[in-house]
Amino acid sequence: MSVQFHVSDDLLLSYAAGTLDEASSLLVATHLALCPHCRARNAAADAVGGQLLEALPAADLSDGLMPSVMAQLRRPTAAPPPVPVRPTSDIVIPEPLRSYLGGDLASLRWKRVAPRVQQIVIDIPGCRPQARMLRFQCGTQVPAHSHAGRELTLVLSGSLCDRDAVLQRGDVAETDEQTEHQPHAGPGEDCICLAVTDAPLRFKGVLARLMQPLLRI
Amino acid sequence: MDELRSDPSDCKDVLSGCIVRIAEAQDEAAFEMLFRHFAPRLKSYFTKRGSDPAMAEEITQEAMVSVWKNAAQFDPERASAATWIFTIARNLSVDRFRRMRRPSFDPNDPAFIPDDEEPPDRLLERAEAEQKVRDVMNTLSPNEKNVLMLSFYEDRSHGEIAQRLGLPVGTVKSRIRLAFGKLRAALGGDSGAGR
Repeated sequence: MSVQFHVSDDLLLSYAAGTLDEASSLLVATHLALCPHCRARNAAADAVGGQLLEALPAADLSDGLMPSVMAQLRRPTAAPPPVPVRPTSDIVIPEPLRSYLGGDLASLRWKRVAPRVQQIVIDIPGCRPQARMLRFQCGTQVPAHSHAGRELTLVLSGSLCDRDAVLQRGDVAETDEQTEHQPHAGPGEDCICLAVTDAPLRFKGVLARLMQPLLRI
Repeated sequence: MDELRSDPSDCKDVLSGCIVRIAEAQDEAAFEMLFRHFAPRLKSYFTKRGSDPAMAEEITQEAMVSVWKNAAQFDPERASAATWIFTIARNLSVDRFRRMRRPSFDPNDPAFIPDDEEPPDRLLERAEAEQKVRDVMNTLSPNEKNVLMLSFYEDRSHGEIAQRLGLPVGTVKSRIRLAFGKLRAALGGDSGAGR
């Protein structure tokens, strides 16, 4: 089944402009690997960048710049690096995410953070938004929470029921500070997703608040 | 390039052709033509991204050498010369100014979902997409264009753009959405829509 829920326009534009943080870019790029529709939108966003480049005023260049570049072209270049050997078996996690995790689903080392919930924090140096893999056992309810900032979720396996929608592989949910929601993993198989949060989530309810330090999200 | 300015679409084809000739024949004259057109604009771009003039020239040099080395990856069916060179410049500026990696998808990855087989008319549409984006850019209001320019080239967040223009963040976001919606309509694709 093709992807139903896509990345938003402003997210895609920031990604094309090169102004989006690395964690959110990772989520957008992984969605693009799974979504031909958004790749066409992404090509349009790149074309906006190309048009704006054409529209920029021409700056004066130093006289020496062109000769210096021409001299560099004539230098012999090293042979291109060999194409890496790619795994051919069933891969669940697409690039670029797989490289950030160091392997596909079967090789991941999950850490339990709450009953029926496991996570892997993806360390991205210098990036304030936090990227993490989350795994909910089927049927698990995420405590009701709201956000101090944006939360992006990309479903990779299983399903996630959020408000009145059912998200499946490739689908993206984007929520902001106005959203209060209580998603739960769908039936059948565990729900595995990539989540990127701008700021820590704020869980509602006493029990959830007690759990928050344990969840570290 | 003066003789080319009268017809921008010819100019676009000429510049694409230059990249193809570099890929096929290491044509230095073609490179020189690309350099004269794009290097001054790249310097402007890197300056807007926060570089001083000396640094801007250094990165312009790097970008143009990269155009030469990677010319074989350019596909004139998929993008214009300006768009392809923009993506090279953007990747360099992310690397240099933001000091981060810019993750991107890999079309050769086994988990990658390829495009559907497209009927010939869809392929034609794709070839015309750039021209449509160009047409739509010309119909954007100054406000919409301004927001796009600030967002793209001056590395401003929605919050910063809002502050600079004295507008609520929501207005900035909706202008971006509106501008992008026009662009998307020009591509003939519906959104199916982000949440």
